[in-house]
Amino acid sequence: MADQSTDTNAVRRTIETVWRIESGRLIAGLARLTGDVATAEDLAQDAMVVALREWPANGIPDNPGAWLMTAARRRAIDQRRRREVLDRTHARLGREADERTADAVDAMDAAVDSALAAKRDGPSVQDERLGLMLMTCHPLLPREARVALTLRLLGGLSTDEIARAFLVPEATVAQRIVRAKRTLRAAQVPFEVPRGAAMVERLDMVLEVLYLVFNEGYAATAGSEWTRAELCQEAMRLARVVCALAPQSSEAHGLCALMELQASRLRARVDRNGAVVLLLDQDRARWDWLLIGRGQAALQQAERLARAADEPLGPYALQAAIAACHARARVASDTDWGRIAALYDALYETMPSPVVGLNRAVAAGMAYGPALGLAMVDALLADAQDAAMLQQYHLLPSVRGDLLYKLGRLDEARAEFLRAASMTRNTRERDLLLQRAGQGA
Amino acid sequence: MRVMVIVKATAESEAGIMPSTELLEAMTTYNEELVKAGIMLAGEGLTPSVKGKRVRFSGTSRTVVDGPFAETKELIAGYWMWQVKNMDEAVEWVRRCPNPMLSDSEIEIRPVFEAEDFGDALTPELREREDWMRRQTEAGQQ
Repeated sequence: MADQSTDTNAVRRTIETVWRIESGRLIAGLARLTGDVATAEDLAQDAMVVALREWPANGIPDNPGAWLMTAARRRAIDQRRRREVLDRTHARLGREADERTADAVDAMDAAVDSALAAKRDGPSVQDERLGLMLMTCHPLLPREARVALTLRLLGGLSTDEIARAFLVPEATVAQRIVRAKRTLRAAQVPFEVPRGAAMVERLDMVLEVLYLVFNEGYAATAGSEWTRAELCQEAMRLARVVCALAPQSSEAHGLCALMELQASRLRARVDRNGAVVLLLDQDRARWDWLLIGRGQAALQQAERLARAADEPLGPYALQAAIAACHARARVASDTDWGRIAALYDALYETMPSPVVGLNRAVAAGMAYGPALGLAMVDALLADAQDAAMLQQYHLLPSVRGDLLYKLGRLDEARAEFLRAASMTRNTRERDLLLQRAGQGA
Repeated sequence: MRVMVIVKATAESEAGIMPSTELLEAMTTYNEELVKAGIMLAGEGLTPSVKGKRVRFSGTSRTVVDGPFAETKELIAGYWMWQVKNMDEAVEWVRRCPNPMLSDSEIEIRPVFEAEDFGDALTPELREREDWMRRQTEAGQQ
């Protein structure tokens, strides 16, 4: 025992921290061994309860991860004994379940033994988190359930923390998680890490969930400043974990790059009065240059991997490349809009969504003049389906307003800014749009 | 929060004695763990202070002092930047670090200032000047 602290409060805080650090691996290891996410989480939490009882008296163990794994194993054995009693009572009904448990316990024994044999400073438990992520982001689950389950099992966030971050009642999040675990069990989704194309497809689901979490944090539409920043940080942390566990994935590095480059502008996005500052008006000295450096390095890695696999850049890497163009410009007027327009062309090819189309038009407008930008926006609106999708999107009138303003068509611009202001729910953004409407008048 | 984790120098590190293969291996494994935990942002090891220089400020005078510097235990031999949830998490990760030195050593954890931490020191006037300088720079670029 390394620490004989008798301060119960301090030990409790340490245990919370250990849970944050170890729970993902612990649950992942147990999920692989038992084949069931719900069982794994229960066993891990039971082990934590034992830790809460024993560590204040005995001190924090040297290798808390392996200790918790051992405690979880004991718990599984207890359950197995109970099942044996049950088995004798309901001989026919219980047998099959008991054999499965016995197999799982044997496998766990082996894993724990090897973990304990590993030297003190080595990895405490085999890292199975990638397999767990593929499960929590399984296509069988609804999107919100994937988000909640991933944050809960891999982010170590409590149900309450997730609920506060997404502005939904705690009971809703709890229910999503319970249902998700039930769905995985009912469908007998196997714990596996596939290879090749199947892996790329499954990994995309994981990346999508992480980007959803990041965007929830990045968008100024919900939650307090604090929870928003925390969500961004957690999404970035998990994306870095994915990069470390799936280092050959170009898109994993692309997503990491995209998040770090976007997050590098977080503190410059709002001025001291709380008003939104648009990208081109931001004080670039306030950008986070450590994150920009990391984002650029991750983007280079994504580009290298794509080249080596002889594949085009994926949507995350392309968006990161666009963000990197802004980061490279020391002042806004240095921005290489020609390159950004070309990158949007490539992005529009892989992701022909009207929103990407709108951004592509903005870039073209900056690179080749507002007339071309406006023509491209109006071409999007000529497509009935795109037009219907863009109808509710407040950035459409805001983009048209900007292009019309630059073309000197001030009355039309003013009408578009007013329309955009009436469509956004974000008061800071509304202020900005109304101000622009005033300029156009 | 972001923290700087500072590895303090020892007589050996100041003498330029390289760590053993065993220690290098343990530190590499530990660094991998930090990366896999998703908390590692940056980190470097520093050469002994004999290769360093100091610039002393006194009123308007500036004096350059060549290394090595005396107070070994207060010197820095390396650092990491980590993104962690709180100081507890940083402490827990440092606890897991192998002794980075061949003899007794110390690691210090210091939170990085957030912009808000500057509080009133960064006055509106200072910010105005920042803005003004930025506008001048941009005007020069156009």
